[in-house]
Amino acid sequence: MRNPQLNRNGELTHLLTLDGLPRDIVTHILDTAETFVPLAEREIKKVPLLRGKSVFNLFFENSTRTRTTFEIAAKRLSADVYNLNINASSASKGESLLDTISNLSAMQADLFVVRHSASGAPHLIAQHVAPHVHVVNAGDGWHAHPTQGLLDMYTIRHYKRDFTGLTVAVVGDVMHSRVARSDIHALTTLGVPEVRVIGPMTLLPGGLEHMGVKVFHDMREGLRGADVVIMLRLQNERMRGALLPSAQEYFKNYGLTQEKLALAKPDAIVMHPGPMNRGVEIESAVADGRQAVILNQVTFGIAVRMAVMSIVAGAGSA
Amino acid sequence: MTTLPDAEALYAELRQAVRHAIEALPAGSVHLVGILSGGAWLAERLHADLNLPDRPGALNISFYRDDFDRIGLHHQVRPSDIPFDVEGSHIILVDDVLYTGRTIRGAMNELFDYGRPASIQLAVLVDRGGRELPVAAALCAARIEIPANASIHLARDGDRFTIALESPADA
Repeated sequence: MRNPQLNRNGELTHLLTLDGLPRDIVTHILDTAETFVPLAEREIKKVPLLRGKSVFNLFFENSTRTRTTFEIAAKRLSADVYNLNINASSASKGESLLDTISNLSAMQADLFVVRHSASGAPHLIAQHVAPHVHVVNAGDGWHAHPTQGLLDMYTIRHYKRDFTGLTVAVVGDVMHSRVARSDIHALTTLGVPEVRVIGPMTLLPGGLEHMGVKVFHDMREGLRGADVVIMLRLQNERMRGALLPSAQEYFKNYGLTQEKLALAKPDAIVMHPGPMNRGVEIESAVADGRQAVILNQVTFGIAVRMAVMSIVAGAGSA
Repeated sequence: MTTLPDAEALYAELRQAVRHAIEALPAGSVHLVGILSGGAWLAERLHADLNLPDRPGALNISFYRDDFDRIGLHHQVRPSDIPFDVEGSHIILVDDVLYTGRTIRGAMNELFDYGRPASIQLAVLVDRGGRELPVAAALCAARIEIPANASIHLARDGDRFTIALESPADA
């Protein structure tokens, strides 16, 4: 079966997941993003690539940061952007997902940016839109958050240049994290020789070894010699179930402190997809420290989303 | 069969024309900007040979092409780099081959997103005819009519240039 993200010519026409995305396409996205970064320094920060195109931000699940960076990215490409907060409208009136999409397609949408709490929703949409319409997954359930994965790869490449000698540690609630899944697929695709996953047994999914990663339950052991530390957000609702005893207990074992970070390489960078819970998964001194590149991730995220949107929009409808 | 002049002879002629153009403009206000890749190579060498200060600009016009809808985004060489203030400056835009004029239109659109230049002049190694837009090169080393199905390629070997004609008959 053909990869549903690619058209018959092998061009990226939707971005749904980084799982199985060929390395040359990932690299093409990162290279294109690199050419967009200097735009932020210009008098006029826009380029005319998507002039006359309509981008619909469909957020079935709330997110301020991701929606805003997609909006900025689309506007810098000169697209017309429409933000739809679907929670508050049609879905609550009982309209089906595909009916919503058909209606918006009738309004001449060219590109849908979709965030949904159900894994696979962007896939379903991609299968039903006309060939000239493109879909970008902005996070679906626990499944994937490909643009976050790509901006993480951009950040790592920016600071470390080459992936092939790196040790990257992903720390925290991997089980419920679409960011972790996208990061692990991308790191493996780009040839990172050692990807480590660190977390309590209750927050790590089974079968991680099959994704080519090393599993650690002891954070100190897992951080030793790491070049990159990716912290994941601990969602508060996890605390209410039986998965974790308390935030204090979690911080003691899996919170990133300066003392634990000292076990990684001296030039290790610290990343976080946001929003951060200070004092739960990361200490303020680390979050604001010299090794943190968390705000740079946000800035790079705009260029990466510009690259993704312009590449899919430029794919022929073959 | 069209024979092309020697690229080094063309370059020497272009350098002379660019030197005169710079001398006619207010000192210190002139900047070279090359279109990637061939135009940027020419601008770099002109910049060095004419002892201009700082470094030349380079434009990657992929985001300003008018055929994006048909051909999409291709692999990126390197980003645009304009290391001076465009506002009020006299710019000599450099490219290797002038053909339809569409690249030059894209380049001018991009330059204006950096600021409002006092003037822009176009310098090219070869004007091959076939214009589809009202664009002209004031500084041009040679005008050679080339059939529409052929193309001219500039190559750089160390600091020497060569040009070659590729036509379907050669294939």
